[in-house]
This record gives sequence, structure tokens and C-alpha cells, in this order.
Amino acid sequence: MSSDSSYYVPESSKLPIFMAFGLLLFVLGAGSTINDLGKESSNSYILLMTSFAVIWGVMFVWFSSVINENNKGMYSDQLNQSFVWGMAWFIFSEVMFFFAFFLALGYVRMFSVPWLGGEGEKAITNILWPAFEATWPVMVTPDNENFPGAEHNMNIPGITKLHTWLPFWNTLCLVTSSGTIALAEAALKKGKRAAFKSWMVVTISLGFIFVFLQGLEYYEAYAHMGLTLGAGIYGTTFFLLTGFHGFHVCLGAIILTIMTIRGFGGAFSEHDHFGLAAGSWYWHFVDVVWILLVLVVYVF
Amino acid sequence: MSAVIEGHQDDHHHGPAKGITRWLYTTNHKDIGSLYLWFSFIMLFIGGAMAMVIRAELFEPGSQIVSPEFYNQMVTNHGLIMVFGVIMPAFVGLANWLIPMQIGAPDMALPRLNNLSFWILPAAFGVLLATFFMEGGAPNFGWTFYAPLSTEYAPPTVTYFIFAVHIMGASSIMGSINVITTILNMRAPGMTLMKMPLFVWSWLITAYLLIAVMPVLAGAVTMMLMDIHFGTSFFKAGGGGDPVLFQHIFWFFGHPEVYIMILPAFGIVSHIIETFSRKPIFGYDSMVYAIASIALLSFVVWAHHMFTVGMPIAGELFFMYSTMLIAIPTGVKVFNWLSTMFKGSLTFETPMLFAIAFVALFTIGGLSGLMLAIAPADFQYHDTYFVVAHFHYVLVPGALFSIIAAVYYWLPKWTGYMYDEFMGKTHFWLSFVSVNLTFFPMHFVGLAGMPRRIPDYAMQFADYNMIVSVGAFLFGLSQLLFLYVVLKAIFYGKKATGQVWEGAQGLEWTLDSPPAYHTFETPPNLEAGEAKG
Repeated sequence: MSSDSSYYVPESSKLPIFMAFGLLLFVLGAGSTINDLGKESSNSYILLMTSFAVIWGVMFVWFSSVINENNKGMYSDQLNQSFVWGMAWFIFSEVMFFFAFFLALGYVRMFSVPWLGGEGEKAITNILWPAFEATWPVMVTPDNENFPGAEHNMNIPGITKLHTWLPFWNTLCLVTSSGTIALAEAALKKGKRAAFKSWMVVTISLGFIFVFLQGLEYYEAYAHMGLTLGAGIYGTTFFLLTGFHGFHVCLGAIILTIMTIRGFGGAFSEHDHFGLAAGSWYWHFVDVVWILLVLVVYVF
Repeated sequence: MSAVIEGHQDDHHHGPAKGITRWLYTTNHKDIGSLYLWFSFIMLFIGGAMAMVIRAELFEPGSQIVSPEFYNQMVTNHGLIMVFGVIMPAFVGLANWLIPMQIGAPDMALPRLNNLSFWILPAAFGVLLATFFMEGGAPNFGWTFYAPLSTEYAPPTVTYFIFAVHIMGASSIMGSINVITTILNMRAPGMTLMKMPLFVWSWLITAYLLIAVMPVLAGAVTMMLMDIHFGTSFFKAGGGGDPVLFQHIFWFFGHPEVYIMILPAFGIVSHIIETFSRKPIFGYDSMVYAIASIALLSFVVWAHHMFTVGMPIAGELFFMYSTMLIAIPTGVKVFNWLSTMFKGSLTFETPMLFAIAFVALFTIGGLSGLMLAIAPADFQYHDTYFVVAHFHYVLVPGALFSIIAAVYYWLPKWTGYMYDEFMGKTHFWLSFVSVNLTFFPMHFVGLAGMPRRIPDYAMQFADYNMIVSVGAFLFGLSQLLFLYVVLKAIFYGKKATGQVWEGAQGLEWTLDSPPAYHTFETPPNLEAGEAKG
């Protein structure tokens, strides 16, 4: 089709406009569904579901066509390098998304909660709720009637009880899986396809165990600990940080599952496996976020 | 090296497709650049019409034309549209048109993603404008959407606003990934980083800023969504959160954002000034380092937007000094432009007029910014028309003038036709006079204490406000003249040469005017002195 040194520019494509249409439906669907929450009869969710169908459908076709074009040899080394840069900067943008939530957690822990508790010179800060005592986690909120705090928190229970603490097992799963995907990649590069496939299966199994344990932890939080989204700033930061991380783990696990299925179907060669490599970077990224998250959300 | 687009299968090598599908399905950087520019032009008139409503209401004191609620919606959407729908898309459009041609690349690195980045924008702004017709009216909490105005007291349409901002952000991030990848990976052989045109440099750094801060904005609106609908307490003090947290997160995004809206302007103005001074830019290296330092500093100055919110004194001092530090690299740029003009063979075609006006008036905006940076003085200026004057000086005769200058400068290259120089100059002088008539008196009413975002004001501000409104109407009408000049050039303009401007340097001027649909399919080798695409 083309020499190795050419740059492939598709002549035109219907994919982007359909994706933009899917996103338009998503904005309308998500907006109306959320605004209609609590209403008796609302069909807005149909719009939202349709938007997901369109978005996922277009993504499927889009990725398929990229894979096909690559298999036909239309991509040069330079274009592959563009994909590498693209994925790297995408992960950077994800890092910055989490940064916003870490910033929020840092700000409330370092500034706003102590100020609410009356810390600081010339403090006019403790006027609204004089009884409030600044502690972290905030178990009794300043306005505890309207924002009832949690009964228990998720903090580390002490070294001796580690085995009873779900985040410990979660950390184990995720850190191990970061290692196993590295082994999978190394096996692929050496052409050991059987080992590659086995390590991929181990990796995604660990990923889904993580998601399951996280779900279990949320169930415990809601059912037995009074720890909910509405449980003041502790519940807020706990669920938003772990929740967005968990959502990214789900995405990563789906990506790796697709890569595994493709691997079983004979895709990827020793030198050409960018889809897998990108998925693996993403997986390392969620692993690093988790380690930071365990430190600031659960331990310190 | 040959590119596939030039390949030998005839069905794959032709000019643009016919009809509307050319624009819907295109992957061509020139088409997408034009789409961005026209979109931003249309949004300029929509956002401008809202400004006209604002100025009509403020023409005289007292409640005149619109209700205060509608006035708030006008102020909010004027800001949102001008920032996200005019200035940013216009710069992205220029990036699309120019970066591949300036670095000798066949197209943007990721052409399909490029098209997606554009088509998200009409969807997002379509939804935003549709909120005017929904229950509760459009967003009315200012373009900065501070909590709790945007959470507890917001109209129900805030939910649509949040998701619209999400996809706008996605569009910016995808566009920026594309720009960065193009610049890092697609330069012609021999074009080292320190040989890149300054517009390319300014966009490399702008794209970095965008990827760094748009996700933070996404985080901020997500927290709003959670607070409004899912009972969280990010911005609720009763639950242990803090409304001030919103301001910190917003301005962590917002301050780099304002530099996103000015850095590409620096690149444009550098090119125009060197062309019409017939001298290479003075201090190229220092120009690059200045842009980079401004960008890095922009991450550590955000709280100067919130001096009055109640920060520890150490915070006030830190943000005051770090903000004043930005004057240094900015001053380097201004003096470099002046030095470029010094002893140059100057001519004053329309783009040069806009560029010189940019240097002068942007500096006024920069100096009022320095005044605002002084924390103790800011307690007086905060939330007055002085702030409105400041940021309009950097955004209108700053960013917008640079975009207009860029259109005049590159329009002959893009279309192959010259604009009418007399009409262009008329447009310039009308804009120059009216922009100062509009925004200069705002300094005075601001220092005298007139608050911003208020539909009514005290009697003593009446005279100046009337002058401001007259200036604003004149400025608005002058931009219709701009539309006329552009259309006239496209339909009735004289043929332009490839070089267009006598003193213009750079790869894009080695191409024909208009350039072929696909250019630099074979990268020019700069070291061999070969530059014909």
C-alpha cells in the first residue's frame, strides 16, 4: 500500500461526526436524566442509553478501522510515534483530572477543616459552628443535623489487623497486576505467546477482583458504617477519589480484556503491539494513582 | 518520502469532496481550520449581541430594557461564549491552518481526532444556547460560576451547562494532544525546536497548558454536579467543605486559561511585526524562554483572583509577588517587539496596524494587571469595572486584535485573494477608536467604585457609562465591516501572489496562494535549503 516512510492521512471519515453526535446526545441525555432524578415518570434515560450505544458503537468501528489500516501496512513509524505521543499526553490529562480531586482533599484537610475548627490568627472562623472540632476524618460535621457524618471511617486499622482491611487486599491486587502485565508484555516481545496470554488473563482477573472488592467496600460503607456520599466532607472525598479511581480501573480492565481477546485471536506481533502497550501504560497509571490514594485517603 | 495522500490510487487523490459532506467528514487541516474560524466568527456575533444587550441596559442608570435575571444570563453567556466559543476556537483554527504549513507537515498528526475536536463545539454551544429556552433560563452565575451561586442557587439548566463544559473540555484536550503531537513529531527534517516559527512555539506551550488545566476544570464541574445532585459537601461548609475551595480549583484552571488566550497572540504578533519591519524578530531565543516562563508562572499565581476572599497573609504575599514576576517575561516580549521595529523598514498595512495596536493596548491591560496584582490595592479594585477594563484590554485589543491581525495577514494565503486595504484600514481605525472608547472609561468608573455584574448603577457613573455604551455599539458595528471585508476578499478580491507580503519569512509563504488542498506531502528539507511544498 505505501512505503514505510509515508504519513497516512485518511481522505475523509464519517466517524468523528457520529461521535460528536453521540456526545451531543450524551449531554442532553445525562442532563435531562439527572435533572429528572426523583421524578415519577421520566424517559430521559432512554436518550442517555442511546448516547452510550452511539458512542461505544463509533468507538468500536473507529478502533477496528485503525487496527485494519495498521494490519494493511498503511502506518509508518512516524505515525506510530504520533500514537505514542497521543497516548502519553492523554495519560497526562488524566493525571491532571485526579490532581483536581487530590487538590480538593489537600485543601480541606490542610485549610478549611482546621479553619472551621477555629484555627488561625484573628480567627473569625469558628463563629458559625463553635462546637465543631477539627479532626480528620471528619466524623462529626460542623452542621451535623443536615450533614450527618459517618459512624465509622475506612482508615487503616493498624498493622496487626491488616488482613481484615479490604484496601490492603486491593493494593496487593493492583500492584501485583502491574507486575503481571509487565511480564505479559515481556513475554510477547520474546514471542512466547502462551505465557503472554496467561499473564494477561492473570492481570485482568486481578483487575476485576479489585473492582469486586471495591464494590464490597462500598456496600460495607453504605450498609454498616453510615459512610455515604452525603456523610460530610469525609464521605465526599472518600467516594469521589476512590470512585473515580475505581471507574478508571474498570475502564483499564475493559481495555485489557479487549486486548486479551485480541491476543487470543492472534493479534499483536513482537514489534507491533501498540494497543497492548498503551493499555499497559494506562494500567500502570491507575496503579500509581491508587498508591497515592491509599496514602492520603486511607493511611495518613 | 512520499505520502499516501499523494499516492497512486486515483480514487484517493483529489481535492476536497463536494457539498456539505466535505465539511462533515473532512480530515484536512485546512478545512478544519476554516471550520474553526467560521465557527468562532459566528460565535463572536452571538456573544457580541449579548454584549450589546448589556451595554443597552447600562446606557442609562435605572432598569431599562431587560430584567436583572436576564441581565445575569447575558453577562454569563457573553463571558462563556467569548472565552470558550470565540477566542479559543479562533486560535485553534489558526493552529490548524498554520502549524502544518509552518513546520512542513502534510497535515495534523491525528486528522480524524482533529475533526472530532471541532464538531464537538457546535454540539456544546448548541446545548448552551438552548438553555435560554429551558425552564429556569440559561446559566446566570457568571462565567466563573462560583459556588454556591452555581450550585445551591443555580437554575436547573446548570446540569446541561456542566456536561457542555465537559465535552468542550474534551474537545480542547483532543485538539491540544493533536497540536503537541504534530509539533513534536511532524516537523520537516532540519527544523529543530529552536528554529520553529514563534507561532508554533506559542502553540506548543499553549497546548501543554490546555492539557494540564482543562481536566482540572472538568474536576471542578464534576464536584459541582455531585454537590447539586448527589449530596456531597465539596463546597458546603456545613458538611466540612468550603465554597472557597471552588474558587481555588476554578482559578487553578482559570489563570493558565487566560494565558491560553494570549500566548498564541504573542506568536502571531511576532510574525506580523517582523514581516512589516522587514527584520527578523529581535531576540528569538528570549521570546521562546519568555513564553515558557509565563506559562510556568501561570500555575502559581491563581489566587490573585481571590485576594479579598480571606486568605492567610502569607498566601496574599506569595501570590502578589509571583504575579508581579510575570511582568518580567512579558516585558521582555514587549521590548523585543519594539526592538524589532526599531530601525526597521516599516510599512503599515492593516495586519501591522492591528499588531502595533496590540502591543500598545495589551501593555495597558498588562499594566492595569500589575495594579490589580498588588494585594492591598486590590481590595479597592476587586469586583469593580476596573477589573472589567483590565481583562477586556487584554482580551479585546489583545487576543481579539491579534486574531483579526492574523486573518488579514494570512487571508491572502488561505483564499488566494487580497482584501481591500482601504476597507481594512477603515475597519482598523473604527475598531481602534471604539475599543478605547468602550474600555478606557471603565477604568475610571471602576476606580470610583462601580461594581461589575450589576444591571443598574448610581447616578455619578451615568456619563461615562453612556460613552462606554456608544463605544461598544460602534465597536460591534465595526465588526460587521470586518465580515464585509472578508467576504469581499473571498468573492471579489484581487489575486494574491504566493509571497503575498514582501518581508514575509517562513515555509507557508513558499506555497501558492491559495495552497493546494494537500501541502508538504513530501517534507521540505530545510538543511538543503529546499522549501517548495
